[in-house]
This record gives sequence, structure tokens and C-alpha cells, in this order.
Amino acid sequence: MRLVLEQRGETGLALRMASPLLAVALALASAAVMFAALGADPLVALHAYFLLPLSDSWGLQEVAVKATPLVLISVGLAFCYRAGVWNIGAEGQFLVGALAGAWLAIATHGAAQGPWLLPAMLAAGALGGSAFALIPALLRTRFGASEILTSLMLVYVAELLLDWLVRGPWRDPAGFNMPQTVTFSPAATLPLLAEGGRLNLGTPIALLVVIVAAFVATRTLKGFEIRLLGEAPRAARFAGVDAKRLTWGVFALSGALAGLAGILEVSGTLRQLQPGLSPGYGFTAIIVAFLGRLNPVGCLVAGILLAVTFIGGENAQIMLRLPLDATRVIQGLLLFYVLACDTLLLYRVRLLRSVPA
Amino acid sequence: MTLIEAILLTVITASTPLLIAAIGELIAERAGVLNLGVEGMMIMGAAAGIAAAITTGSSAAGVAAAILAGMALAAIFGLLVLGLATNQVAAGLALAIFGLGLSGVLGAPFVGVPRAGIGKIEVPFLSDIPFLGPLLFRQDPFVYASFALVAGVAWFLGRTRAGLVLRACGENAAAAHALGYKVLRIRFLALLFGGACAGLAGAYLSLVLTPFWTSGMTSGRGWIALAIVVFASWMSWRAVAGAYLFGGVTILQLHAQGAGVPIPPQAMAALPYLVTILALVLIMQARGGGSTAPAGLGTPFVPDR
Repeated sequence: MRLVLEQRGETGLALRMASPLLAVALALASAAVMFAALGADPLVALHAYFLLPLSDSWGLQEVAVKATPLVLISVGLAFCYRAGVWNIGAEGQFLVGALAGAWLAIATHGAAQGPWLLPAMLAAGALGGSAFALIPALLRTRFGASEILTSLMLVYVAELLLDWLVRGPWRDPAGFNMPQTVTFSPAATLPLLAEGGRLNLGTPIALLVVIVAAFVATRTLKGFEIRLLGEAPRAARFAGVDAKRLTWGVFALSGALAGLAGILEVSGTLRQLQPGLSPGYGFTAIIVAFLGRLNPVGCLVAGILLAVTFIGGENAQIMLRLPLDATRVIQGLLLFYVLACDTLLLYRVRLLRSVPA
Repeated sequence: MTLIEAILLTVITASTPLLIAAIGELIAERAGVLNLGVEGMMIMGAAAGIAAAITTGSSAAGVAAAILAGMALAAIFGLLVLGLATNQVAAGLALAIFGLGLSGVLGAPFVGVPRAGIGKIEVPFLSDIPFLGPLLFRQDPFVYASFALVAGVAWFLGRTRAGLVLRACGENAAAAHALGYKVLRIRFLALLFGGACAGLAGAYLSLVLTPFWTSGMTSGRGWIALAIVVFASWMSWRAVAGAYLFGGVTILQLHAQGAGVPIPPQAMAALPYLVTILALVLIMQARGGGSTAPAGLGTPFVPDR
């Protein structure tokens, strides 16, 4: 008996919508098995993971707060992956964006701050993330070094840079030696949108980015060139697409969005820098991008789902004593299933009982 | 024991897991499959290794469990990229995330449980040679195994028919298929070998280097092993140079921190990662733009009957 893949002629819309849904269903089923193996009631655990976060206003706000960075980063990554450019260092670009923006808030703390500060911080965050992302882009286009490895190595460098800053030069002098910066003043924090929660201006900004990105991806020449480069690099070259410039472009864009997500997270949600300020948003966003079929609107839906798993994981840890790493297992499984189901779009899978002649 | 001797000994222990993982990935890539999930397979090896060693009380059982765990993860990956022809980069990332998570779940009951490491093997008489003796003939079994692996892989790839077929699958899968070789089966076996090596390297971390379990203890070594394969231009003996270069940098920064060099410890800790980037750039520069990677690396192959 063996597995045989046969090329499909055309893929229907129904199939394209069904594939991510099937992946989610399979991931839920696998999660239930894992919960049972860990000695928890699978139904109780699934409820804590996937329904509890959506059951009250506080939970919904938290989902939006966690989805914001995931959606922003994954929209940028979707452009990269569409172009066949493998930026997997979004976590580092997120952190450097947070550092660049926070630098303005800390430098002006207790001094003249005005309404100019927040926009300047957001711009600095986007620029910082973008500049950090251009390092692997430069190494790729100038020297041909694999962007997969260089962008990932830079994540560790960014984490250590953050660690050094909050323990050294940027540490809050009045913070009892805790590794954290001063709490940002109101002029440097994003306004809240609702009482009794953490929902802030960052979420509408992310929604706006999704709309603009969806337009760019489907309705502009640049969006077309990006898809062409990824799907048919030879055809792109004949059509006069400059692969180097496009590589720079998608790296700069995804770095800027990751950096923006970083500064929004710091100035809207955390209000100070501390080590470990990201629970791996940059890596989870890779899963979001694929689950969202590398499409900005899809990333929005997928980002909300993955945000639920973050909060559900915390719920399950507190209520059922399930290890927090179980969330990563579910996220990894989800990406496996997404990729496997995508094969169903391109191929018909058949089991053959005997080897045909 | 002199200081230089002590430093060289620690360089060997830091380099061995890198070398073992890299040589496994080298075989997989020579067969044309890019498995970015080395980090995940390695840390699953570390977790399964210490879990089995503590539960059974036997280091050998720990090593066996680590190898099996690495192979199991490689098999999942193989099913995806070979059976279902998915994108190898994305599936590799999924494997890394999955392995990091699952190892945390599996290792949770064993956090902080101490256990005696694996002892060293002393070669009689030879280990008494001054300076070289302790370095070459008083090591733990993993160090000998790493060099045996390199020699074995070099011989297999360069001198055997099976090695030639494996390389053919990596260079031109369609041609190998046309000659009647089972490309997918060969690639799957190569992946399993890579998984076994990554698991073994993980066992070294949790059973020898730091004989206890902490979540995320591979700290990027799997990714550095991937860089070593590129640095080695996919040649087995050069992987030794790569692994010892990176191992050396790791130890250098530890000693510099200990000696009180007035540089922030974080800057020193970033050194291995920065050196990896620099090495990748220099090796590409030295090749003058030409690529020595297997021609079919990363391209899915679907045999049409």
C-alpha cells in the first residue's frame, strides 16, 4: 500500500476555504488527545482553551490585544513568503522596533513631551524594525547568504540587546534593581478604547494595515510582481521584475510592520520595557501567515484564532495545571496540518493497495 | 592540568553536539531535503534522553530514547515533505516550534532533577601521554562517536555506491527516478539519519554537558548546526572545522566573561550568533557567488508514475 499524489487541474473556491478549516479541526482533535494524555478532561481543557477567552468582555479585549501584534507581523510576513523570501526573524524585528520607539519615550521621560511624541515613537518603531530587517536583506542580495539563517541569528542578538539595555543603561533608577525601564508617561502611551481592559488604539491601527495591505496585494502592480517573483521567478525576470529590489522591499515592509507591532505592544499594553516582553509573537506570526493563506484578510482571522490559544493556554495553566508549552505544541501541530491540507489543493491523494504496472 | 588544556577540553564538549547534529543534517541535505527543524529534533532528544535516563536509571536507555525521539520527529517531517510534498521551509519551522513545545511538556516533570553525567572513557596508556593524552584519549563516548560519524559519512558519501545514489537524489531527483531509484524512500532514510543524529546531539546536552533538564536548553544550537552545513559547503570533513570554530567561539566568550573583560556579558553571549552570520557571509564571498549546494536542495519531488 502506498500514497500517491496526482496533480489537480483546478482548485475550487470551496476547497480553498475548507482546507484551513479542516486543519483547525484536526489540530483541535489532536489537542484533545494531548490533553487526555496529560491527565486532563479533554472537553474541560478544550473549553478553557478555545471558548473561555471569548466568553466575557475582558477576555475578548485580551484576544484583540494579543491578536494585534500577530496580525501586524503576519501581514508583513505574508508579503515576504509570497515573494519566496524567507524572513523568519520577525521576533527580532519586533523587539528592535519596540526598543527604537521606547528610546524616545525614555529619553524624553520627565522632560518636554507633547502630542508629537506618540507618532514619533510609532515612526521610530517602524523604522527600527525595518532597518533591522534590512540586514538579512543586504546579506542576501549582496553576498548571497541565506536569509533564513541570518534573520534567525539576529533574533538572539536582539533578545540580548534588549536584555542588556533593561539591565544596564535603561534600567529604572527607582525600580528596586528590577530589570525594567521606567513606566511610560501618559504622553507616551496609546489611549485605551474601553474602560476596564487593555484594548487600545493599536488594534484599529492593525485593522487599517490589513485593509491597506489587502488592497496592495490584490489591486496594485507591486502586489502582482511579488506574487510573480514567488511563483515563477524566471517569468518575473523576463518581465523585468528586479528581484533584488523586491527582496529589499518585502524585508523592509515586513520589518516595519513587525517593528510597529513591537512599539504598539510596548506603548499600548506593557508601558515599559522588560526582558521577555514577547511570548514569541514573531514566531507564532509565521503560523498565522500560513494559516491565513498568505492573504492579509486571512491573516486577520488566523491571528484572532492564535491569540485565543495564547489566552487559552494561560487559562489552562491556571485552572488545569497544564504546562504552558502545550500551547506551542498546538501551534506547531496547527502549522503541520495547514501545510498538509494545502497539499489537498494541489494534488489528489490516493492510497494504492498494490503497485500499478 | 594547564589552562590551555582545560580550555581545549571545554571546546571539545561545546563542539561535539554541534558536530553530531550538523553531520546528520548534511546527509539529509545531500539527499535534497532541507530540514530546518534540527532545533526541534535536538531538544526533543534532550528531553526524551533525560526523561528515559531518570525513569530507567540507565544512560544507555536515555541515549536510545533520544535517538528514537529525533527519528520520530524526522519521520513526521518526512511524511509531510515527502509524502505530501509540502513546502520544506515552512514544515521545518513547524517542526522546530512543535519540538520546542513538546519537549517542554515532556520535560516538565523532570525540571531541576539532577543526575550524574556520563563518565569518560580512558584509553589505557595513551591517555597518559602529556597534553595530547587527556585531550584525545580521555573523552566521553559521544566525542569518539562524533568523529566516527564524520569518518563514516565521508566514506559513505565518497566511496560507496549507496552514497553516490543518495547524492544523485539530491542533485537531480528526476534523473535518479528515471534510473529506477526510489527517490522518496532514499530521502526518507536520509531524514531519519538526520533525526537520529539530532536526537543524539540533544542527549549529549542533557546527559553530559548539563546533566539536568531546562526548557529551551538547546538555545539555538540546532540553527547553528544548519549554518555549519552551509559553512562546510556540504562536505563532511569541513563540518569538523565549522563545529569546532563555533564551539571555540562559545567557549571563548565564556572564558572572557570569567576573566572580567570589560564588555557587557550580553555582547559576549551574542558573539556565537554574530560569528555565524559573519562566517556565512565570508564563505559565500569566498565562493565568488557560485553555489556548492546540492542542486535539488529544498525542491519537492513528486514522481509521476
